[in-house]
Amino acid sequence: MTETTDKNGDHRIGVYVCHCGSNIAGVVNVYETAKWAQEHLADQGVVVAKEYKFMCSSLGQKLIEEDIKNEKLDRVVVAACSPHLHEKTFRGAASRAGLNPYLVEMASVREQVSWVTSDNALATEKAKAMISGAVARVREHQPLDPIQVPINPSTLIVGGGIAGIQAALEIANSGFHVYIVEREPSIGGHMAQFDKTFPTLDCAACILTPRMSEVGMHPNIELLTWSEVENVEGYLGNYSVTVRKKARYVDTSLCTSCGICEQKCPRKVIDEKFNAGIGYRKAIYTPFEQAVPKYPVLDRDNCTYFEKGTCKACEKFCGPGAIKFDDQDEVVTLNVGNVILATGYDMFDARRIPRYGYGYLPNVFTSLEFERMCNAAGPTNGAIVMRDGKTPPKTVGIIHCVGSRDHKYNTYCSSICCMQSLKFAHLVKERTGADVFNFYIDMRTAAKDYDEFYQKVLEEGTNLIRGKVAEVTDGGLFDGLDGKLIIQVEDTLIGRQRRIPVDMVILAIALEPRHDATYVAHQFGISTDVHGWFTEKHPKLDPVATMTDGIFIAGCASGPKDIPASVSQGSAAAARVVSYIQQKELALEPVRASINAEQCSGCRICNGLCPFNAISFDAEKMLSEVNQALCQGCGTCVAACPAGAITGTGFTNQQILAQIEGLMCVPVHLEAAQPAVV
Amino acid sequence: MTDHFEPLIIGFTCNWCSYRAADMAGTGRVKYPPNIRLVRLMCSGRLDPTFVLKALSSGADGALITGCHPGECHYIEQNYKALRRVHLLKRILKPLGIDPQRVKLVWASAAEGVYLAKEITNFVEEIRALGPLNWPVHTHVSKVKPRQLAEVPR
Repeated sequence: MTETTDKNGDHRIGVYVCHCGSNIAGVVNVYETAKWAQEHLADQGVVVAKEYKFMCSSLGQKLIEEDIKNEKLDRVVVAACSPHLHEKTFRGAASRAGLNPYLVEMASVREQVSWVTSDNALATEKAKAMISGAVARVREHQPLDPIQVPINPSTLIVGGGIAGIQAALEIANSGFHVYIVEREPSIGGHMAQFDKTFPTLDCAACILTPRMSEVGMHPNIELLTWSEVENVEGYLGNYSVTVRKKARYVDTSLCTSCGICEQKCPRKVIDEKFNAGIGYRKAIYTPFEQAVPKYPVLDRDNCTYFEKGTCKACEKFCGPGAIKFDDQDEVVTLNVGNVILATGYDMFDARRIPRYGYGYLPNVFTSLEFERMCNAAGPTNGAIVMRDGKTPPKTVGIIHCVGSRDHKYNTYCSSICCMQSLKFAHLVKERTGADVFNFYIDMRTAAKDYDEFYQKVLEEGTNLIRGKVAEVTDGGLFDGLDGKLIIQVEDTLIGRQRRIPVDMVILAIALEPRHDATYVAHQFGISTDVHGWFTEKHPKLDPVATMTDGIFIAGCASGPKDIPASVSQGSAAAARVVSYIQQKELALEPVRASINAEQCSGCRICNGLCPFNAISFDAEKMLSEVNQALCQGCGTCVAACPAGAITGTGFTNQQILAQIEGLMCVPVHLEAAQPAVV
Repeated sequence: MTDHFEPLIIGFTCNWCSYRAADMAGTGRVKYPPNIRLVRLMCSGRLDPTFVLKALSSGADGALITGCHPGECHYIEQNYKALRRVHLLKRILKPLGIDPQRVKLVWASAAEGVYLAKEITNFVEEIRALGPLNWPVHTHVSKVKPRQLAEVPR
């Protein structure tokens, strides 16, 4: 026989069935399957069929490599796990043996057969059918070459919280250019709002602001604050991102950040963002003292001049004349090779649980409000006081899991609230000496030094009550409890209902995906889970990459995380990006559409179907053409072409039709089922 | 002893969502009937209606088409094209004498392994209720003891 491929089945195909320890072999009769392939698929060109304990091991790969050389195989089928796991491995083995890697096909007999089928005989049959399908398909494979793309060394980081800052500094320090796009006027994210950080209790600003100013001054970092991503186009190595820089009404080239405009502005506005609604800012403002960049932003919706046409106090007092009332939004296009999404999280709206009283019982606070209150630079200068702004509380109740671990709201654990609530307990004790009650469902303090912190808070005399709070009510309904709040809870450790009067309640509210997370995911072509968190490429082994090459995620965008985890993810994502940049050129899967000019009738049906505008019409030749760089390989045009003129490489009509036929060769025989063991 | 019918179904999956959902069903050891055999496409938009007709004409009793949820397509909006094609295909099947219920479209995200397994199980039962297609020649009607029906996990 020859190595050439002709219609008479002169292929030489090797079939390799993996045991995967007992993962496959425990259910599928691998010996029988391999023997069956050798005998029954011989007319399809199968010349070798072998089983082996671990096909992906170096010995397993060696087995395939040697067979390719000795048996002169021109096609390989590996029946093992999902191609998403080991396709690369076996393609690598093929190319080491001199076979084009795209002449390998996998049958996922672990994920699709042994792990999901309870009956061994039926599983063995399905495995045979899948091998038969894969053999039929691989016969139609053509040798392909990966597409080489150059990697633009610039990186875009969306979100300037601690994860984004960390990633930016890592990449910038490696000598590559970074753009940070931040929606707010300053970078810093949620961490900048916090007072102390658990478990070490070092002040958030003290550890964060040096990093922020490093970002602000770094020659390799370009900050685009008060800006949002509008549109994303391109692919790994060559993304073109349109960013809208919202009008600041301040000329940053003239502004000296003196702050006089903010002082002189007569308009006070409740600061819903940075101060979580418990403090004020001006209509022209920098969100906080250490903001980076320091330039203020004019809030057009609340500015007296924009409302009434007079005022201009800021302009009058601005020495360098930096106020620009006719400022316009500016749209810029950034060309980058990779993107890191570090877009963070939103806080749960505590009004959604009316029985906890937030929004109508004045002394019920959210955790973020309390963080701002504790912060020495916050609205109360760090004094822990009730809503009246002066009275310190004598008893404080802290309710954990508000909106987390609750089937009505979010089923997941927000992971930071236990430690945050313990931190609050400590701060309240330290600063006011008040009695503190923490109401928890389970105490989750699993990280370095976290449990020690828990023990310390216990020793300080915090009352910990295990139970989910039923409701918080106004004490005014009861004699002698006027002005108090009553927490109704079942103390599950003593098995009794308790009613605990407190002065102040803090709700440890859940972390939720950004309200526009699914929109952002759509913009960048990645996916979100059922809650709206970005999905990782692999939850354990590839937590900062996504299914889309060149788009990485870091921090809370993929799920609730504490600061150490967010920082690690920032660094991890940066390392991934730098490794891509260093390679200068990367190989992409050659899954692309191409149009056979001879068959194209110029009907233009395909033109409107491509979401990437990869198909253009050549009016002179009356033909449609695919731009290989823009094509993403979805194959919609292939399916639509009435003339069958478009080929979808790697997923051709011939390959899929052959696979369907192959899959049908083995019927479902229930008599193959083993008698039930009672 | 009665004539027993076991449906054979070809499932078309999207590389980015439902194929990964199938992977996830596997990782989670979620059992479903072995009557379905999956074909991987890059996108549900790649589904040429010919594939379904090919499957039905080569012996399949039904075809399950799966893709990303509307608005979640990896290729922006190609699943909507699959939706249109499936509707058209169903209209073509009827004059051919094929019950359009033999073709079903299911959206399953990469996270919905359990859901996909449930949908597969349901669809197998739906096709079982419809009976064999026999278009044009159908061979795998076999005889089996009714007791063994219970073997197929539900």
